[in-house]
Amino acid sequence: MVMMFLEKIGEQVIGGLENAGRIMMLFIQTIGRLNHANFKHVIRQMAHLGVDSLLIVKLTTLFTGMVLTVQTAHEFIKYGAQASVGGVVAIAMGRELSPVLTGVVVAGRVGAAIAAEIGSMKVTEQIDALRVMATNPIAYLVVPRLIACVIMMPLLVVFADVIGTLGGYLVATLYSNISSYTFLNSIKVFAEVSDVTGGLIKSMFFGGIVAIIGCHKGLTAAPGAEGVGKATTGSVVTSMILIFISNYFLSLLLYR
Amino acid sequence: MIKLEHVNMSFRGNQILADINLEIAEGETMVIIGPSGSGKSTLLRLMIGLLKPSSGQIWVNGREISGLPEDALNEVRKNMGMVFQYSALFDSMTVGENVAFGLRQHTDKSEQEIADTVEQMLTMVGLAGQQNVMPGELSGGMKKRVSLARAIAINPAIVLYDEPTAGLDPIMSSVIDRLINDTKKMLKVTSVVVTHDMPSAFNVADRIAMIYDGSIIEQGTVDDIRRSDNPIVQQFIHGLLQPDIRERR
Repeated sequence: MVMMFLEKIGEQVIGGLENAGRIMMLFIQTIGRLNHANFKHVIRQMAHLGVDSLLIVKLTTLFTGMVLTVQTAHEFIKYGAQASVGGVVAIAMGRELSPVLTGVVVAGRVGAAIAAEIGSMKVTEQIDALRVMATNPIAYLVVPRLIACVIMMPLLVVFADVIGTLGGYLVATLYSNISSYTFLNSIKVFAEVSDVTGGLIKSMFFGGIVAIIGCHKGLTAAPGAEGVGKATTGSVVTSMILIFISNYFLSLLLYR
Repeated sequence: MIKLEHVNMSFRGNQILADINLEIAEGETMVIIGPSGSGKSTLLRLMIGLLKPSSGQIWVNGREISGLPEDALNEVRKNMGMVFQYSALFDSMTVGENVAFGLRQHTDKSEQEIADTVEQMLTMVGLAGQQNVMPGELSGGMKKRVSLARAIAINPAIVLYDEPTAGLDPIMSSVIDRLINDTKKMLKVTSVVVTHDMPSAFNVADRIAMIYDGSIIEQGTVDDIRRSDNPIVQQFIHGLLQPDIRERR
């Protein structure tokens, strides 16, 4: 019984390590083929993966900024610290909330789309067709998506920072009776450029995670509709987990 | 042109192909027949480097490909085309873009030259003017023809066909057979056709090899195969129920 339990754990660990190795190999192969990037494909992916995600990112961060202000303003006012609300909202959005929430939204929307598209290509032999036509699938499919995600994520996060802070500003001024000057001055006093740039650096990593995991899950999808479905779900779950874990270590690295 | 020497292929301990020896001459159409699951498609995939053999050597145009890395294989593949069983057309691209794919990737032709070649290829397969149609709007037979147009657009020396008539009605099967023969005559290509459709095999073959349980059990001209005294060959080509070759596998 104990042996069986240990064997099961061993299998899981070995499977996990194998998977991590394959993801790392894909990443290294992709980096090695960055010079093969097709400019047109990159632009198409940037529009598809980035621009099309803008609305949902803006909506998510607008309401996050609003609810953050609702929660903090009341308490801060109680202790006479209303002059800190703007700074707290801007720093929280810039350092953590915008990059992480954008990462999660992009993992759900873009990561799933990448895994589903490439997974469908795999099960319908389109990946084999690429190889037969002397076209490397990593150069053709993975490289443009990685570049697009790494470039577009920080741009999305800039929008997220602005919209999230704007949401906080609206709630602070219209609901919590904090003056416009107090809110904006608080941002000026407390927030630093590094609060934003740190978030942007993180978001580039998150973009890379979403692209590589989505492509890996698609390229290794099992045959059939079920295989594509599992690849899609797996892509979202793995990307989110890796975003949360890497966020912790990146925060330690960037802000300590 | 293509030569397989003592090729073995195993998947997770299961022997798929055992000691395959086969030689296909330049300009020849070799048809590989055999029951489903006998290893025919695996053999085709080995010839174009989509799979690597467990042991043995595969020569294409005088080059041994079984140990080649992907980039070197791509150089060999630029001289090859393949028609997939389910066509494998890129479903996010139009018919025209599918046919133009290889030309855009590997040649310096202008867009006008590419458009002309696409038109010429589609006319050859009887689909003139269908450049802007999406693959999802095509019937199975039309997809196969687009797949053939895509395969021959880069003017390859070798074309591989994986079950080209599977799932098609008898008339469309004859259309595909005629296209395979026309392609051979007009482009002087070497063709390898994997099929279990015997009328189609007899229509297009210069030589036929029968694969059974992972081994080649008979090879020769169409007449040789028709006259074979091997009971498994006779049963397969005539579709007889007895003896049950599946029970012997």
